[in-house]
Amino acid sequence: MTYDETTLAQLTEDAAAIIARYPVKRSALLPMLHLVQSVDGFVSPDGIQFCAEQLDLTAAEVSAVATFYTQYKRRPNGEYQVGVCTNTLCAVMGGDRIWDELSEHVGVGHDETTEDGKITLERLECNAACDYAPVMMVNWEFFDNQTPESAKQVVDDLRAGKDVAPSRGPAKVCGFKEVSRVLAGFEDGRADEDQGAGAATLAGLETAKGQGWKEGSK
Amino acid sequence: MTDLVPVLSATWGAEKSWSLDTYTEAGGYAPLKKALGMEPGDIIQAVKDSGLRGRGGAGFPTGMKWGFLPPDDGGPRYLVVNADESEPGTCKDIPTMMSAPHQLIEGVAITSFAIGCNHAFIYLRGEVVHVYRRLLQAVREAYEAGHLGKDIHGSGFDLDVTVHAGAGAYICGEETALLDSLEGRRGQPRLKPPFPAVAGLYARPTVVNNVESVASVPAIVDRGVEWFTAMGTERSKGMGLFSLSGHVTRPGQYEAPLGITLRELLEMAGGIREGHELKFWTPGGSSTPIFTQDHLDTPLDYESVGAAGSMLGTRALQIFDETTCVVRAVTRWTEFYKHESCGKCTPCREGTYWLTQILKRVEGGRGTEADIQQLLDTCDSIAGRSFCALGDGATSSIISSVKLFREEYEAHVEQGGCPFDHSAAALFDYSETPATEEAHA
Repeated sequence: MTYDETTLAQLTEDAAAIIARYPVKRSALLPMLHLVQSVDGFVSPDGIQFCAEQLDLTAAEVSAVATFYTQYKRRPNGEYQVGVCTNTLCAVMGGDRIWDELSEHVGVGHDETTEDGKITLERLECNAACDYAPVMMVNWEFFDNQTPESAKQVVDDLRAGKDVAPSRGPAKVCGFKEVSRVLAGFEDGRADEDQGAGAATLAGLETAKGQGWKEGSK
Repeated sequence: MTDLVPVLSATWGAEKSWSLDTYTEAGGYAPLKKALGMEPGDIIQAVKDSGLRGRGGAGFPTGMKWGFLPPDDGGPRYLVVNADESEPGTCKDIPTMMSAPHQLIEGVAITSFAIGCNHAFIYLRGEVVHVYRRLLQAVREAYEAGHLGKDIHGSGFDLDVTVHAGAGAYICGEETALLDSLEGRRGQPRLKPPFPAVAGLYARPTVVNNVESVASVPAIVDRGVEWFTAMGTERSKGMGLFSLSGHVTRPGQYEAPLGITLRELLEMAGGIREGHELKFWTPGGSSTPIFTQDHLDTPLDYESVGAAGSMLGTRALQIFDETTCVVRAVTRWTEFYKHESCGKCTPCREGTYWLTQILKRVEGGRGTEADIQQLLDTCDSIAGRSFCALGDGATSSIISSVKLFREEYEAHVEQGGCPFDHSAAALFDYSETPATEEAHA
């Protein structure tokens, strides 16, 4: 492994915190792979070796798991993972067009990264926000009701280094490594940040009020 | 007209709805204290009596699932919450956890107490980072308030909760694949039996329940079995979140008694988008056979939807109007199943590849009449012959759409291409550039 002393010490401390959450050590593997991505920006050979040593697994066993899941990247990832949902519902509502225009605009295809290392594009499967179709995810934050123009604007702003807020979520989209650290189970203090619940989330509640239901009633 | 009944969604509009303070002000965690004063067996009986059925798709009675656990042998037993919401069209658990995570945490605490579990897990899909933030914070808040941890509210009951993020794999929504994934392995389904109740997480007795099922438990404990059974139909009791998406004026989450109809829901949601009419819809996600206008009055409960040839599933009502090409829709779903097939069993792994190739050929206008029959034959080799329900689900939209819209498949063959203007189906204006081949491989 080529980690310097400080990095390795931090990784080891974090790994111990993760392992402590589970009765059986191997359960820590998925969060630890997120942790590796938070340091290296992808699941690196060093990271695989580190997980293997911490969990008494072989590197092959760790690789076998890492290659199964789409969120684990085998090559250095862009700072922002931009996914356009092209599963049926979003695709039909315009996701296909958004993908076509965005991909052409950015100049990379599925699972490819721009030369500046900023953007990795992905054709996304359903991300459980269908009532906000067409949906785009940036580092796993929700960008709802997108159009080709809005999607391109988001990506342009990200590449220009501007802060970009999702439709629902924190005040700004964090970088791939920061988000990977959260996915390893470490809080980043942004849970209270909010852009509102969203119209579709509250659509039924609004209708219920019109039917005479009162907030706070049972 | 059936009225909506906000229960899980009741506090979603409140200021900082996700915080412990807001949840407690609305009466939260009182049900936990009540439950801790009850006999665990009585809680299980109440949930059985309520008729609550699994809200994750399969509809198995929740209380009965709890009751399957073998008698206490002194070793650990686990509750694992399935928060891997990934079925296309399904978008109910994510807003639940984002807006009211404590509802789930309280449900976890009560359920764990009832089944004798001291360490529960919430397996959240990894692609929703803000939901994970909210859950992590909610669990921490609950520990700090003494709702989790050692000797909860002086009851002698201990409970730890771990919120675990997955890493992108639809198959992990299958309960045994989820358990393998939670054990740090590739998410592949296990052979059943043994069922998780007997040998689940770490081969110990385990209950796996969906988010909405578990989140419904505090209200049942609080308001009673009769309140719950007064809602719904004879064998489908209670309320559920109905998620409307697609070509509908006001898409979103509508919490209603089971048995409500799409006609009623559409009326509340402002109808199909203006100037258009309903063509087809899924009652419960992409793994459930599609419905048409003929099913507008089918009560959306387990029995009625089943009798009409589909499944209530996750109540993910994906609505498509007449501008939508059904072949395009089905092809894309099939590509999804191909992508998500875990590869463990041959019918699903190979079958979904074949189906995708045939469908793309037909959609692209290069198919033949024989291809349509080949689709059905291939489905026949998958449905009922694959290791888990993913394979079955992959065939649902194909079989049902060929049955209901065969002429549309034939039109693709006869015209040598898709007869639809895809831009007409989009929710924003654009004109189609010269017929480009779909960009995806």
